[in-house]
Amino acid sequence: MSSSGLIISALALPAFGACLIALTRRSPNVREGITLITGAALLFVVVQLFLAVSAGERPEASLITVVQGIDIAFAVEPLGMLFALVASGLWIVNSIYSIGYMRGNDEPRQTQFYVCFAIAIASTMGIAFSKNLFTLFLFYELLTLSTYPLVTHKGDENARRGGRIYLLILLSTSMLLLLPAIIATWAISGTVEFSVGGILAGKADGAVVGILLALYAFGIGKAALMPVHSWLPNAMVAPTPVSALLHAVAVVKAGVFSILKVVVYIFGIDFLSSSGQNQWLLYIAGATVILSSLIAMTKDNLKARLAYSTVSQLSYIVLGAALATSLGIVGGTMHIAMHAAGKITLFFCAGAIYTAAHKTEISDLSGLGRVMPFTFAAFFIGALSIIGLPPTGGLWSKWYLALGALEADQVIIVAVLMLSSLLNIAYLLPIPLKAFFGTPKKKQKTSPEIKEAPLACLIAIGITSLLCVVLFFFPGPVYDLASMIKLR
Amino acid sequence: MMQHLPALQVVLPLLGAVFCAFMPRGAWAGAIALAVSWIMPVISGLLLAQVLQTGVISYHVGGWPPPMGIEYRVDILSAFILMLVSVMGAILMPYARLSVAKEISARNQPYFYCMYLLCMTGLLGITITGDAFNVFVFLEVSSLSTYVLIALGRDRRGLLAAYQYLVIGSIGATLYVIGIGLLYSITGTLNLVDIASKLQTIGATAPVLIALGFLITGISLKLALFPLHVWLPNAYTYAPSVATIFLAGTATKVAVYLLLRIIFTVYGVGTTSDGTPLSDIFIVLSVLAMFGASIVACFQDNVKRMLAYSSVAQIGYITLGIAILNKTGLTGGISHLFNHAIMKAALFMVIGGIFYRIGSANIANLAGIGRRMPLTMAAFVVAGLSIIGAPGTAGFISKWYLVSGAMEKGWWWLGLLIVASSVLSVVYIGRVVEAAYFQTPNGEAEKATDMPASMLLPTLVLAAACIWFGFDTRLTADIAAQAASYLLGGAQ
Amino acid sequence: MAILTEVIQHYNQWVTIFLMVAGLYIVIARGNMIKTLVGLSLFQTSVYLLYLSPGKILGGTPPILDKAFSVYSNPLPHVLILTAIVVGVATLALGLALVVRINEAYGTIEEDEIVDMDKDGHA
Repeated sequence: MSSSGLIISALALPAFGACLIALTRRSPNVREGITLITGAALLFVVVQLFLAVSAGERPEASLITVVQGIDIAFAVEPLGMLFALVASGLWIVNSIYSIGYMRGNDEPRQTQFYVCFAIAIASTMGIAFSKNLFTLFLFYELLTLSTYPLVTHKGDENARRGGRIYLLILLSTSMLLLLPAIIATWAISGTVEFSVGGILAGKADGAVVGILLALYAFGIGKAALMPVHSWLPNAMVAPTPVSALLHAVAVVKAGVFSILKVVVYIFGIDFLSSSGQNQWLLYIAGATVILSSLIAMTKDNLKARLAYSTVSQLSYIVLGAALATSLGIVGGTMHIAMHAAGKITLFFCAGAIYTAAHKTEISDLSGLGRVMPFTFAAFFIGALSIIGLPPTGGLWSKWYLALGALEADQVIIVAVLMLSSLLNIAYLLPIPLKAFFGTPKKKQKTSPEIKEAPLACLIAIGITSLLCVVLFFFPGPVYDLASMIKLR
Repeated sequence: MMQHLPALQVVLPLLGAVFCAFMPRGAWAGAIALAVSWIMPVISGLLLAQVLQTGVISYHVGGWPPPMGIEYRVDILSAFILMLVSVMGAILMPYARLSVAKEISARNQPYFYCMYLLCMTGLLGITITGDAFNVFVFLEVSSLSTYVLIALGRDRRGLLAAYQYLVIGSIGATLYVIGIGLLYSITGTLNLVDIASKLQTIGATAPVLIALGFLITGISLKLALFPLHVWLPNAYTYAPSVATIFLAGTATKVAVYLLLRIIFTVYGVGTTSDGTPLSDIFIVLSVLAMFGASIVACFQDNVKRMLAYSSVAQIGYITLGIAILNKTGLTGGISHLFNHAIMKAALFMVIGGIFYRIGSANIANLAGIGRRMPLTMAAFVVAGLSIIGAPGTAGFISKWYLVSGAMEKGWWWLGLLIVASSVLSVVYIGRVVEAAYFQTPNGEAEKATDMPASMLLPTLVLAAACIWFGFDTRLTADIAAQAASYLLGGAQ
Repeated sequence: MAILTEVIQHYNQWVTIFLMVAGLYIVIARGNMIKTLVGLSLFQTSVYLLYLSPGKILGGTPPILDKAFSVYSNPLPHVLILTAIVVGVATLALGLALVVRINEAYGTIEEDEIVDMDKDGHA
């Protein structure tokens, strides 16, 4: 198959899968079989693209011209390749997990769930491969809209409220800030295409660069930079597989990915660092890292704590972008993959705990580790990866981020990274430790019938926690992709 | 035959209207209306193709050459609007049969179709004619039939709405005639192109500008420019569904067309932008419309009324595009004219279908309807996204042009205001979507099913068009861009 | 003095303006629907004068080609106003018909009373 055909099929496969899933709603087994087959086919296509990209190719595909010479067009480059690889790879794992979770909890409207999920993945592929800001924006909005039904899945007042905040913040930031930023970029430089070295250099100066960067940084609300982060904790009303893949991987990573992409290919790192306008973004990202870690410590609800942890970790990647140094970009890019593996494991565990024991609060988990040892062991590994301790992949991305900060002479940022790791330890490690060594509260004894979660869930947890460890020993492919990004 | 197409475009619906009036049964009249409505797009399609190939068509009514005789003049802009009006009619008529049968008493049904065709005649006539007084006549033909259309429903409040619209509409038309009268006494001609060439030698004298004031005010009443929109919400809310769809899709659009004609063809950009604060006034009023009407829309419980206020807001976008006065902005305005017609018609069709099933358009009664009428509500969601201006829908294209038009002028604040007002539409569309999908159905909604195929298909066609024109802009933005440069280049 | 002559010479315009403003005032100020329509008619009628008076040349005849006459009045405004009169009559007729229907449906033709009735009945 031609390389442009591969790109189109990466988008079309999940979309087509969504149609098939909708058609086979009467038979859950066929429906979920199709989900898995689609996932496998998508991964196959993405791996083919990965091989092509590793070999130095840059596949492109163009659909149609929409406005004023702007096309809906796709081009695969290393950064987008990594993002697509992470999202499509984890989709399969997440589908396995979803089957266990959705059946285990007897969730209603499961067909709608799988359909929306597939559409969300198709949008994610569109974001990853977009060749220009216009295409990126198109799929960015599609991702918001297709995940809205997933957030409100429960359908009660709480879910509706969460969904409302989710939609309003994401849509309004993207329309109020991101869209004007894109049109302004177009007005200034006459193009919105991602190009090596940026397109704004020499066409904009001081204040305009700062304003544009601000419009992008806050307009891409999915990156959850404070103060536009509050949609993320609210989105936790969604079923856990949604939180796991979308709100730890696809949606939020689409945000930070877009920021990286804008910094590298629209501003250009040399232009950005020489303009000096990246300074304030560094401080905002650093503040987000610390503040949201502090907020996470106060949360007793497990998913809420993980959500704030995500907010904090996302800002690592924004930090990497804001450093505007080659090592910073490498670190930020790697962190997309590393954090994805770690955080999805943690969410999987949270969902498994909910399915098996119907517990959502951290204070109720004491002693649960003894009946669910596998789950909590995986949780421990995931936590290590988030903190950035060996033997997990999280170490590497933090390592490069710190190097990048040193390269840019930002000692404060190095300090922020260190402090944040300490905070991570403080809010993550007590959870598995309590579960293994704590004594259950008197009034809610660990009832004997609590067992491990359904097998499908455990398989998924096993895969992702293994992935965390594997990425420690073999970070090569991730690092190679990250270092292949042409910066100038 | 081919050279008489411009006349046929107007005469055919007029004849159809006469026949309809004498039909003893509504169904027969409906069949005539359907046949006529399906021939119309063929004619306008041929005209558009001809204009694109050979340029302006000038047809002399009765063989009298202009400027003495009445001239029918089809240029790119009028061909575009003719196409819009006739296609809307063609899509609407299959939908109309069941809805009209339900909402209008049997005795009145033939008259409804008669009035519909008369209104169509008037709208097409305004668009095609090149004679200023002829415009007035067609304006009154369409207005008078509109008043009747609004009053024909079973809701008595429709009578009051029709009466109020009659008073305001007649004032608007009279103001227009006053303006034409002044121009006539200044230039001694009624042919629009001829007036334009005479005005160039006369220049922007005080009487010429006063005439402009009368013309603009009169037309603004017709197109419901904020704050002259007061007639619109009641008229749209209490009119029979089919009438509302038709009016929302065509009537205000033709009024906008007339505005474009007067400002650009007759007066020319030079006169209107240098001599008067017209552009500033329009920008202020348009922005007020975009925000004021959208905010009011957020608090409406009747969805039809909510959409009516949304129309006022959307008309603000169109007039804003005109007021920006550069090619990009004007392209945005003209393509929004088209795009808004299809998406608002789709939305009103959905509400008409829901009314057909559950007899109410109140948001409270719409609870859970999304699961009972899945295809119908899917059309609502798509068209609603287009109103919001989500990328990949028609509404996004026009907003893109509007914002970039504003930015080309260096008006960043205006670009921001345009996108900010879109967020308000998220609120009012979102309210309906949330009620329809995330609440449990009660009452009539519980046993509702999707609307009948003859109503559903036209709705889905329009909803699909909302997406289609979000990607393929050859028919919308490209033609709009041609029309915009034609208008800005003057009438020559 | 010159201004006064100017003003008096254009008396036809003053009549037009007076009728126009008077008609518009009645439309705005009266709540009775019949009276509103009277005002509307007056407003429309004033336009007839606006068109007709400049078309008339003092001492001019109807445009009949004959060697005996050399000064003609412009016939076009008359034709236009014939059309406008037809339109005006149609508007008035439709307006009155609507008022009849409103009277049947509500039992009154005072606009404010009707608005109040709808507020109570359908709030």
